[in-house]
Amino acid sequence: MPLLYDTEPLAKRVENVEEDSFKQHAIQNAQDSIGAKRNQIAESDPLWDEKCNQAAIIRDHVLDNLDYYIKEFVTNAESHGAQIHFAPKGEDAINEILDIIKETGETSVIKSKSMMSEEIGVDSSLEEHGIKVTETDCAENILQTCKQPPSHIVVPALHLDRSHIRDVYRDTYGYKGSDDPQEITHFLRHLLRPVFLSGHVGITGCNFGIAQTGTCTLVTNEGNARMVSGLPETLIVVLGIDRLLPDLDALDIMNSLLVGSAVGAKMTSSLTLNTGKRHEGEADGPVHMHIVMVNNGRSKMLGGTYQKMLRCIRCGACMNICPVYRQITGHGYGSIYPGPMGIVLTPQLQGYKETGELPYACSLCGGCASVCPMKIPINSLILSERYDMVQEGDASGLDNFLYKTAGKILGNTKKYNSVTKKAARIMQKKGKDGRLESDTAWVPVLKGWTQTRDLRNVQKVKFRDQFAAYEAQKGTQQASGAQVPTAAPTTSRGQTPSASKEAVAGKHAKVAASNDTSNAATHNANANVRNGANTNAKDGE
Amino acid sequence: MDIALFPGCLVDMMYPEVGMAAVHVLERLGCHITLPQDQVCCGQPLTNSGFGEKAKPMMTNVLNAYADYPVIVSLSGSCTYQLKDECARYFQDDPEMRTKQQAVASHIYEFSQFIVDVLGVTDVGAELNASFTYRASCHLTRMLGVKTEPLELLSHVHGLRYIEMQAPARCCGFGGTFSVKEPDISSQMVHEKAEHVLATEADYLVGADQACLLNIEGALEHMYETGQTKRQIKVRNLAQILDNVPKGKRFYMPSKSNAVPNDAAVGNAPTNDATLDNAPAFASSQTSADAKEAN
Repeated sequence: MPLLYDTEPLAKRVENVEEDSFKQHAIQNAQDSIGAKRNQIAESDPLWDEKCNQAAIIRDHVLDNLDYYIKEFVTNAESHGAQIHFAPKGEDAINEILDIIKETGETSVIKSKSMMSEEIGVDSSLEEHGIKVTETDCAENILQTCKQPPSHIVVPALHLDRSHIRDVYRDTYGYKGSDDPQEITHFLRHLLRPVFLSGHVGITGCNFGIAQTGTCTLVTNEGNARMVSGLPETLIVVLGIDRLLPDLDALDIMNSLLVGSAVGAKMTSSLTLNTGKRHEGEADGPVHMHIVMVNNGRSKMLGGTYQKMLRCIRCGACMNICPVYRQITGHGYGSIYPGPMGIVLTPQLQGYKETGELPYACSLCGGCASVCPMKIPINSLILSERYDMVQEGDASGLDNFLYKTAGKILGNTKKYNSVTKKAARIMQKKGKDGRLESDTAWVPVLKGWTQTRDLRNVQKVKFRDQFAAYEAQKGTQQASGAQVPTAAPTTSRGQTPSASKEAVAGKHAKVAASNDTSNAATHNANANVRNGANTNAKDGE
Repeated sequence: MDIALFPGCLVDMMYPEVGMAAVHVLERLGCHITLPQDQVCCGQPLTNSGFGEKAKPMMTNVLNAYADYPVIVSLSGSCTYQLKDECARYFQDDPEMRTKQQAVASHIYEFSQFIVDVLGVTDVGAELNASFTYRASCHLTRMLGVKTEPLELLSHVHGLRYIEMQAPARCCGFGGTFSVKEPDISSQMVHEKAEHVLATEADYLVGADQACLLNIEGALEHMYETGQTKRQIKVRNLAQILDNVPKGKRFYMPSKSNAVPNDAAVGNAPTNDATLDNAPAFASSQTSADAKEAN
């Protein structure tokens, strides 16, 4: 399954999800429970924020010096007997993997969960070439069995519940048990065990490559990746070129943030560190170890606005808080990278042509950035994507016209005053009780707003006019020594009666203008911790 | 204190009573308010849609209008964040506007932030015998980091009881042009929010950003009209709640640090005797506070 698995328009995808209220509720419950666990971990660790800052610095440092760290990683991995394959694009990676498998003469592989393998479409490509792929991660196996795309990067089958899963195995493998998770897992274990033991080629992803030691690390909850990487004679690790860390100390901090952010746990059940091939005297491990380092668009992000996105460690915390993901689920995005991180990453890897709607599937609430353990300003990057698209001429003629007009009106007091007066008049005519209701939903400019919610009218006497009248009255009454009345109170419907019949033209007291801007300089002193300006890492070749 | 008020266009166009309430509250706290004439919109609807270049005249307009004021009080967390932070990226190559933006950035405060953090006041003398739930707006809470100030002020409103809703800081789905660009998603978001609000069974929904309130109020009203709920919850801006000061009640103007005595109110005495030093001449309203929020 490649990066984009659903290329229907966003509105259609959202509609499809909306029809599946089970899926929506499953995601909402899961979001609430995982989010709460993550918060508990983060709030109980007094050093959490400090660790996040450190981690962001480490990731920036690696990305700023990626050429150096790729070289170090490759040198050390090779010295432990691993063979490195560089893949500029996804299809290059697939070809490398096919070549490796062909050399072994095998026709089946066992696989553990890997987002990179999803991104480049390993499963479907291998199947096309007659190679049987068995996903050994529970959730991935479920999805492989029912042929559904993942809805989350950490918990890919988040949208299915136990009864769905029971049915999946009943329909495909004749499972006769109940929907008890333990029972289903037992069944899966019996199904997978012989496959593990007879597998001669394993494919895993890699959470982090450690440059200092050439190690490939795997974080799992089930231990299946340990078997995939430890049992077969041939191991293929698929690794994004950006996913490197300088050393094992850095791994320590990353791991604690990854596991805490992803599932709200202090540590994971299985942390596997694979360094090179099986050495003499070792009981297990691969005889042949191949590491396929995939670029697939990442180097283009280096040195630019979106480099910060490459800090991402795929913890999924951003989608666990995202209010949009909550409604449209992972499947609303149509990309294997859903949620806020996916909105940034997918268009950067794929181009805006097919993904241009994604950056708009965001209310810019900043929830994502507030939980990101790598301190990626995700919402700000999403905004940059919108800006870039407009600059590149991707906005429609209508949007261009509307925003240009809006800019002219909202940037000029005279025009603003005249347009808001007209708007108030029209709205008063069309609305009821001071509001536009759903009978106005056909009006194009409202674009369905009033279909599901009312819209308060623009008021005939704006605040600025009321204030001017108030000031004028105050002036008069102070002069005559009387008490100052204020604007009339709000009525039950929130309607504001005119404060005075005619707003008195603005008469404003002058405030002694202070031209002292000296203390402004400290503003925005963004500590952008960078280490060197070397961002020209090559495409891994 | 002399302040320039930045109401934001939603308050200006649609909720003038919120602006007036804020004026009363601030005057009561001893502020002398100026409303610069040539201000309209901070540019956020355009910048948030990617049309930042077309928003430059708007941002320039507002920055010019406010750059010279030593203290700016804004009635919107979202607009404050735009002026303080987001709009900076559009003036990197314009030293003059950059200087003005920096001046505004360092002088602007959101309404509740100004009262609590600058004036050092937490009790403005308001009273309201009711329960409320609070919507913690996204930009205010997360971008500006104004998390405690609004609740701190509300907790000192005599008679007011807080009922927390589920996920008060989760976006209501307004998101500026998001609600128009993606009305389906936005609508699902606001309806979930409205359900959380209703579930509290509070009398009032209070927020500090009128955009969220416009959105949630619209959903609540729609739900009421279409029979999805029988509850009519009152939606009010923080400023309106804080303006609910009984007639005749008044207190000392705060000194620089934290100094408004909680019980500085003086019964129901007539308002215009000038026995208190620095007491700003004010009267909350012709009607009593209770009548004001009676419905």
